[in-house]
Amino acid sequence: MLEIKCPYCGNRSQNEFAYGGDATVKRPELNSEISDQDWDNFVYYRKNPRGNHLELWHHISGCRQWFKVMRNTATHDIIQTMEMKENL
Amino acid sequence: MKKYSVFSLVKNALNHHKDWDVAWRDPEPKKEYEAVIIGGGGHGLATAYYLAKYYDLKNIAILEKGWIGGGNVGRNTTILRSNYMHDANNLFYEQGMQMWKGLSQELNYNVMYSPRGILNLAHSDAQLNAYARRGNSMRLNGIDAALLGREEVRKMIPFADFTENARFPIFGGLLQPIGGTARHDAVAWGYARAADDMGVDIIQHCEVNGFDIENGKVIGVQTSKGNIKTNKVGLCVAGSTSILAEKLNMTLPIEAHVLQACVSEPVKPLLDGVVTFGAGHFYCSQSDKGEMVMGGDLDGYNSYAQRGNLPTIQHVLTEGVALFPNLSRLKILRTWGGIMDMSMDGSPIIDKTHIEGVFLNCGWCYGGFKATPVSGLTFAHTIACNEPHELSVPFKLDRFHTGHLIDEKGLGTKTWIS
Ligand SMILES: Cc1cc2nc3c(=O)[nH]c(=O)nc-3n(C[C@H](O)[C@H](O)[C@H](O)COP(=O)(O)OP(=O)(O)OC[C@H]3O[C@@H](n4cnc5c(N)ncnc54)[C@H](O)[C@@H]3O)c2cc1C
Ligand SMILES: [Zn+2]
Repeated sequence: MLEIKCPYCGNRSQNEFAYGGDATVKRPELNSEISDQDWDNFVYYRKNPRGNHLELWHHISGCRQWFKVMRNTATHDIIQTMEMKENL
Repeated sequence: MKKYSVFSLVKNALNHHKDWDVAWRDPEPKKEYEAVIIGGGGHGLATAYYLAKYYDLKNIAILEKGWIGGGNVGRNTTILRSNYMHDANNLFYEQGMQMWKGLSQELNYNVMYSPRGILNLAHSDAQLNAYARRGNSMRLNGIDAALLGREEVRKMIPFADFTENARFPIFGGLLQPIGGTARHDAVAWGYARAADDMGVDIIQHCEVNGFDIENGKVIGVQTSKGNIKTNKVGLCVAGSTSILAEKLNMTLPIEAHVLQACVSEPVKPLLDGVVTFGAGHFYCSQSDKGEMVMGGDLDGYNSYAQRGNLPTIQHVLTEGVALFPNLSRLKILRTWGGIMDMSMDGSPIIDKTHIEGVFLNCGWCYGGFKATPVSGLTFAHTIACNEPHELSVPFKLDRFHTGHLIDEKGLGTKTWIS
């Protein structure tokens, strides 16, 4: 069982959270020149690393905040969790 | 290769089974091959087999970093079906179903193909309507399907929860009579033995770490057993695809996720077909040994660990008990996990790449076992002819650019939700 440290509530069990995917995916800027490729990358293409992965989680059965987690996809170790506005 | 038959069985039994030949050789890699297949799972083995059989390539190697059958081909729950809605999927997987029928004879290896039927349960009128539509779509493509009402389903699985207070009452179901199962290990071993017999070198414990590329063409692969020259490379590494793609400067519409399954202690014959629960994600069949083979959801976060966590098992089995209350009395014998190459529309990718001579076979999500023969056939064609097989044209990579997605479930790009 994963134990995830919500930045607001502290350590809670995996059951309380929902996953939100790769946190590094960036939506193309509004009103700027964007190519089809930019859209493809945003919607479909993922780095999918084996190792550290920055991802979104949602404390859905808790405070209902979204936040970021740095987690190792090979070992499932959670390295760091942070609020959405924080960066590594 | 000495043929397996009832006579060879009797003869070897009399010899106390001391004289069986090895099923495949254990060769050292040669310096050069006409084609190299990376990954000795079902798809890699089948690809090499059909390349040798139909496309006149004889000098082929399969490079497997672990051992044959150690990947998803030996970890899946062995369900075979072609009960899709979209034509592309229907035609592709149905070709696979046709190939399963004769596979034991073709490979001279009993793959224990068992067309015991697959029944998808509906728990609302709306769901039954959706299944009617899917069944019609199948029948338009010449695939038999039958829509069953509640009473017909009750005759098939009387031990399911048909009580008045079932949380998700059974309204009916969609049956594909020729759906079923096959023995996963036997499929790997059968293809391996038959490919080896045609001269394919199966090299185990040989990991591919990089590629030699010159002027946009592949000229070789770098492996843990040295460099090997070749002008054709087929990637069949399932859950590890993104790792190798990165070495080719490719990012793919794929995420790796862990899927778990489990078996119960063996019990007497109870369930003769495959049944899926429609109000969640749970499916079940009974193995020939008597174990209930069960699976359901992904753990739901990117993972390259071939093991999952208990909450998912608990969640899946809660659904199982809701459907079959008598399962609650069984003990779980073991659980395990495998890494799924989840594509962004839930459908596979079989294609060439931007590098001449490098070919891609991936994105099987949790349904690649049933496709093993047809994936091998179409991928062998793609590699040999440098163009897609007619059945795999819809599964090209550029669909993520043109918008011709094959999103069977209409779930979009949240792969972990499917
Ligand atoms: C729990 C579970 C249940 C499933 N249930 C079903 C089901 O009921 N029906 C169904 O149709 N499908 C099912 N699947 C999906 C199916 O198992 C897969 O889609 C399919 O097996 C993938 O193709 P494969 O057999 O070639 O993969 P694998 O057997 O995983 O083969 C890939 C091989 O590549 C090797 N490899 C990776 N990287 C390298 C490298 N760098 N160098 C050399 N070798 C490398 C790996 O070691 C591995 O052996 C299930 C999967 C799981 C995990
Ligand atoms: Zn919280």
